[in-house]
Amino acid sequence: MEHTSLLERILRGIALALVVIFFMFPIVWILMMSFQTNETILRIPPQLVFEPTLANYTALITGKLMTAAGTLDIAFMRNLWNSVFLSVTSVAVALLLGVPAAYAFARHKFRGSEDIAFTLLSFRFAPALLVLLPLTLYFQKLGLANTYIGLIWVYQLICLPLILWIVRGYFEDIPADIEYAYRIAGHSWFATFRKIALPLAGPGIAAAGLLAFIFAWNNFVFALVLASADKQPVTVGALAFITSSGIQYGQISAAIVLSITPTLALALYAQRYLVEGLSLGAVKG
Amino acid sequence: MASLELRNIVKRYKSQTVLDNLSLTVADGETLVLFGPSGAGKTVLLRLVAGVIDPDEGKILIGGEDMTDVDAEFRGVGMAFQNFALFPHMTAFDNIATPLQAKHSSQGTIKAGVESVGKLLKIGHVLSHKPRALSNGQKQRTALARALVGSPPLLLLDDPLRNVDAKLRFEMRLELPRLLADRGATVVYVTQDYKEAMALGDRIAVMSQGVVKQLGTPEQIYREPANVEIARLFGDPTINLLDVKPSRDAKGVYVGLSNVQVHLAGAHEAAVGRDCVIGLRPEALAFVDEGTSGAIPVTVEAETPLNEKIVTLVRTVRGREILVSRPSGIPGQSEGRAHIAVDSKSALLFDRASGERIGSKNVVNLRSGEAA
Repeated sequence: MEHTSLLERILRGIALALVVIFFMFPIVWILMMSFQTNETILRIPPQLVFEPTLANYTALITGKLMTAAGTLDIAFMRNLWNSVFLSVTSVAVALLLGVPAAYAFARHKFRGSEDIAFTLLSFRFAPALLVLLPLTLYFQKLGLANTYIGLIWVYQLICLPLILWIVRGYFEDIPADIEYAYRIAGHSWFATFRKIALPLAGPGIAAAGLLAFIFAWNNFVFALVLASADKQPVTVGALAFITSSGIQYGQISAAIVLSITPTLALALYAQRYLVEGLSLGAVKG
Repeated sequence: MASLELRNIVKRYKSQTVLDNLSLTVADGETLVLFGPSGAGKTVLLRLVAGVIDPDEGKILIGGEDMTDVDAEFRGVGMAFQNFALFPHMTAFDNIATPLQAKHSSQGTIKAGVESVGKLLKIGHVLSHKPRALSNGQKQRTALARALVGSPPLLLLDDPLRNVDAKLRFEMRLELPRLLADRGATVVYVTQDYKEAMALGDRIAVMSQGVVKQLGTPEQIYREPANVEIARLFGDPTINLLDVKPSRDAKGVYVGLSNVQVHLAGAHEAAVGRDCVIGLRPEALAFVDEGTSGAIPVTVEAETPLNEKIVTLVRTVRGREILVSRPSGIPGQSEGRAHIAVDSKSALLFDRASGERIGSKNVVNLRSGEAA
């Protein structure tokens, strides 16, 4: 660190604080809202000081939503579980399929390999609603509508191209000589894939998996159309808070806090590996 | 123990032919150096032998067995890469151990094997380090240890000294021949450094544009280079090349250098009357007193003492620049006018148009005093 004057450090501190406040404000506000009742939230002018209440969280966890018009049953915890299950399983399946495929695309230039890879990427271009209508019809015929398997399958449209293209880049960055050296040492191509390619692309695979998880978690429209209440993730389940007696801001905020917690925790945990992954690139041959 | 035979190897990338109908035999226990500029196809050739790329045509025989379609892991060769190609996520120990692990050796055997080769290459103290914590020299030794550890009968070394500093390169150049001889392995060694080639090779294959231009002992390559290009690549300072047109008189074939008739020893009949280039090694030129027969008058331009030898740049009366090299301690001229004489036995004549060397297989082998 170069030497800086006191004034400079203070100004720098203020500038940093401003930036942090600007970016963190929505999250902090939501966190505060989640501890307030609808009345205190909607008070004008808004107030920073309030009496915190856990009512929103208890309502979500017990599944009983108290509104002016009476008690409503909501399946928020069920939705949260659905989100976790659908996202984790989808990413797992996409990793299982996508990582070997990415390796193949990175290392073997076979006839049409570029076309296939691009076709997979193009899944991300198509507007979801355009795909959904025929897909719904097919799924109803196949009996896949409103099943976990059907949803996980559709989620591959989101996860697979992401993982394939990101991980492919990481595999391509591994010098081929390193893999050759392992082969020449007497190991099969599969051992080389497992012991050399996978560990070296590990941070990339983690990054791609995390990104795919976030995309899957945030998906709304596929689940809205293809799943009914008991299979819906939180993104769709949040619609239940728009009730006949108004929008339940307190519960929505609590729901948001609960539903971003897993992704936030995962991102914070994986950050370590992501940074390590970037610095691993500094290893030359 | 394994010999290596390459038969009519052709390798193309898209429309470019990298190896053009190349055939080569390396005897059991021999060290063959592949020497040539980058892009000559040396590394491709090595990779074909290792089995990580496949030839378009031709056969590869290792120990007399056809290995052309055998996967890399079953060929039983050891290879060291120019960029080391160490596994960055493994310690030096684990890096070196990989060939032994592939053979499913016991933990004890692996430990003993790695430690003994580590000791041999003086990296015993850094075996627990990961590659990023190793110096370039240690990386290079680790890569070499990994190639040696399984005692493969065929060793492929792809310019292993390319990325290490000059001091280490010099040390390894001294160390490697003994190391390789002790192993008794057949070695194919790729390099772009002619000194390395001369120091390590039982034979040298000079490659250019996918073909072997000349194959011979270091002595042969140096004394009888097949063409001007090879003559220029071997030797430091580089060979002097001068345009001449040899003639003949009663005393034999001679060339005119600065109006002085210099008679050439050896059979140069074929060159008479042709447009030629004469190649004179700097060490084949010497300062002489005025009046010596065949003495060529020159002006000294500059002198560079290089510890063990002194290199002098001189200019002939016709303005051609010539390098003269002499061992330190031998008196010479360091400025002004001087005379030089040619050791006529070691003069080389090349055809000016094609660059090919003309005639005489009868070049005197200076080291042993016999005709080579």
